[in-house]
Amino acid sequence: MKTMLNKLLGLVGLVVLSFGVLADDWQQAASGLTGKSSNDKLAAIEAMLEFDDPRNAVALQGMLDAELYYVKADRQLVIATKSGRSFLLTDLQGESLGEVAKSKIKRITVNNRIRREIRSGLAMMALAGPDEDARFSAVRSLMANVEAEQLPLVEQRLVAETSAKVQDKLRELQAIILLENGDDAQRQSSAEFLGGRMDAPSRNALLRAQADEQNAEVLAAINESVARNQQLLKLNRAAENLYFGLSLGAVLLLAAVGLAITFGVMGVINMAHGEMIMLGAYTTYVVQQLMPGHIELSLVVAIPAAFLVSGAMGVLIERGIIRFLYGRPLETLLATFGLSLVLQQLVRSIFGPLNQAVITPQWLSGSLEINGVLALTYNRLYIIIFSFMVVAALWLLISKTFFGLQVRAVTQNRAMANAMGIRSSWVDAMTFGLGSGVAGIAGVALSQLTNVGPNLGQNYIIDSFMVVVFGGVGNLFGTVVAAMTLGVANKLAEPFTGAVLAKILVLVFIILFIQKRPRGMFALKGRMVED
Amino acid sequence: MSRSIIVSFLMRDKVGNALLAVLLALAIIVPFCSLVFEPGDTFYLSSYWVTLLGKYLCYALLAVAVDLVWGYCGILSLGHGAFFALGGYAMGMYLMRQIGERGVYANPLLPDFMVFLNWTELPWYWQGFDMFGFAMLMVLLVPGALAFLFGFLAFRSRVTGVYLSIITQALTYALMLAFFRNDMGFGGNNGLTDFKDILGFNLQHPGTRAALFSLSALALAGGYLLCRFIVNSKLGRVLIAIRDSESRTRFIGYRVERFKLFVFVVSAMLAGVAGALYVPQVGIINPGEFAPLNSIESIVWVAVGGRGTLFGAIFGAWMVNFGKTWFTGAFPELWLFFLGGLFVVTTLWLPKGVVGLSAQLSKMRRSKAASVAVSEKSPVQAQAVEAEPQPQQASQVAPEPEQQAEPTPKNLDQGAANV
Repeated sequence: MKTMLNKLLGLVGLVVLSFGVLADDWQQAASGLTGKSSNDKLAAIEAMLEFDDPRNAVALQGMLDAELYYVKADRQLVIATKSGRSFLLTDLQGESLGEVAKSKIKRITVNNRIRREIRSGLAMMALAGPDEDARFSAVRSLMANVEAEQLPLVEQRLVAETSAKVQDKLRELQAIILLENGDDAQRQSSAEFLGGRMDAPSRNALLRAQADEQNAEVLAAINESVARNQQLLKLNRAAENLYFGLSLGAVLLLAAVGLAITFGVMGVINMAHGEMIMLGAYTTYVVQQLMPGHIELSLVVAIPAAFLVSGAMGVLIERGIIRFLYGRPLETLLATFGLSLVLQQLVRSIFGPLNQAVITPQWLSGSLEINGVLALTYNRLYIIIFSFMVVAALWLLISKTFFGLQVRAVTQNRAMANAMGIRSSWVDAMTFGLGSGVAGIAGVALSQLTNVGPNLGQNYIIDSFMVVVFGGVGNLFGTVVAAMTLGVANKLAEPFTGAVLAKILVLVFIILFIQKRPRGMFALKGRMVED
Repeated sequence: MSRSIIVSFLMRDKVGNALLAVLLALAIIVPFCSLVFEPGDTFYLSSYWVTLLGKYLCYALLAVAVDLVWGYCGILSLGHGAFFALGGYAMGMYLMRQIGERGVYANPLLPDFMVFLNWTELPWYWQGFDMFGFAMLMVLLVPGALAFLFGFLAFRSRVTGVYLSIITQALTYALMLAFFRNDMGFGGNNGLTDFKDILGFNLQHPGTRAALFSLSALALAGGYLLCRFIVNSKLGRVLIAIRDSESRTRFIGYRVERFKLFVFVVSAMLAGVAGALYVPQVGIINPGEFAPLNSIESIVWVAVGGRGTLFGAIFGAWMVNFGKTWFTGAFPELWLFFLGGLFVVTTLWLPKGVVGLSAQLSKMRRSKAASVAVSEKSPVQAQAVEAEPQPQQASQVAPEPEQQAEPTPKNLDQGAANV
């Protein structure tokens, strides 16, 4: 009796089990994935995509990430992640299946052809997803691998799509498909539509069509669009160069603005200015080491910290050395140069001669995409904004505060300022500290762009002096104009001459310019020139 | 009359004459010790030492050149390393052409690096460097021409003081970047090296090295004599006048820029000669020689030795370089601390350098004695006496023309601190 029951139960179980297997058409479709040849796999993917099944996404993504395995015993598809020596298995619905040894499972290998198919499959699925950005990038990834079979789906989505941005992108995809496969009228309207589209697939589709097109009218439309694209491309490249130039200008501005205070306002030649920048960059590194859990915040902390470190060093230098050398600029130059060697070696002794890795926070990486050609990287964008903020703050400090009034008074007439009760030596120290502190802030910004090493400052000192001298000593506005001019000129010359030659040309230009206007672009006029 | 002035000066420059004697003696003794004695003898000098001492002599010649423009004309050039390197490159190009078929690629005409870059013919600016005379001419002409062009533009538009220093630094920096480029045809990053022989003499041979050493000593002596002649001539007086007050000299009626240009060009040529002697001894010239640091280092030699005294520049170059050799061997990481400290110490406490140390000390003693004497007099008188030496001190310490017209309180403080 008992055995009968057992048999019966076993039979029922078997029926249920086999019914489950048979009932799951999706599994049937996916079973081809475990096959050996890539044709089996491609067919399986196609079959899987017939179903609207959540397991598709898991399986396809798993294949892309090389995490999709099958169990050798029953050919069940699983996601396996390595943990120690064995693998943790989960099935495609996300339920854990425990740990097994490596020998029990086998990975489903993919090649580039399969990968391409998977990507467009995933994109097709994402097209119907709820997230607007995901749909948008899905269309873009479909554009990279255009196939005529996609057309019905694209048109269907075009009707259903609610977001204008995605709709526009879909229309572009549709045009690309039609440009290759449509009739004459469709091809012509597609060619017209694609003119002015900057994404690489659209441009390439037009170029391909230009080579193949037979119909004269359509060809004319294609030619026009291609010409238009070329022009836009040039314009965008120029805009990109301008952007690079502005960001280089912003870097120069940051590096030079501290010098505009110490050299421009006080008349002190501080050859150790570059080392103040370096100290700021190293402060950023140290701050990041101290708060490894809060990298996103580290820069916010590093800016005041760098200002304090470099500023304090500046005050120390002013009190210790420079105040004995006022009125002797060449001696100041030599003494501060010696100081810069000492500071470099100090940093080298403490941190070692190698470059330190400063981490870029998440919010600084990535880029703002204007179109397919032009992308503005965020770190450069932030540096441009940041440099103008620093200059604006300095300008306010010098022209609107009592401290700024004192600084200007001491610069213009020291004896009179003393007579009015201003402690000029205190003002000297604070002004020098301010200039050095700003250099430290520049160091924080530069740590995001260049290598942080003992020679960091050396690379900027000559450029900084060039900017200040070019702009006119004692003139913040001149410094801004000079930095931007030099930055943009440098980057605009680069495509024609190469980076190094562009830099040399700019240097030669400044050397010649100084012959013409020895006091810079915006020279001070009147009595102050005389000293 | 003029002859008697020169003769009397020759008698007066006792240190300089002694130095010349030492140089002549070195030119004979060092080759003698290196060639006649065998390794193991007490007096034997190895090739390493001959080369090292020869290097010091070249540096000293560069220091003399710097002192001529800085010490006597107030032009602080932060680009003299460029002239030194250009002279060196001219010599290096000659030596490269001498390699001929012995190069790795055995190309009879093209140096190895050009073959490596797939160049098929010699660039025009390499033509003629197979002739020793032509190359030696270029050693003088190339730095001289650059100095002339640069000086002509700069001095005519009255770029002075710090501005001049900064753009000379930009000049050498730009040249360094340019020479780092492979397209320039000067060997790029690696520079020129693997030299074999000079005028048919093997560069590795002790005899050649000894001869180069003697030549360097003679060149230094010659450079010293030339500079001494210049600074003691009437022209030299004008130079010193320019150094101490440029606008006043101009108002008297001298064409200041011509004097400056002349002395700048002469100095650049001397630096070029120093570089040309330096290269065959060390066996390499690369763009690193253009580095701004090198130029500034040569300034510190002069500052340490004592600017405005030609022999001071020589002593300074020897002392600092000997220090460098010793430090980089014994405590490599301390060298930059020491060099940097040297900059600060000499500018703050040794404005006249080591040579001026004894004068400075005796002056301190005298002023101490004076203040003791003053304290016995009435306070008003004491103030007068104390105030009197200060402007003097300031003008000695800071002969730059761009010194502020009226001494600021800082300056007075400084004067007092020095007294």
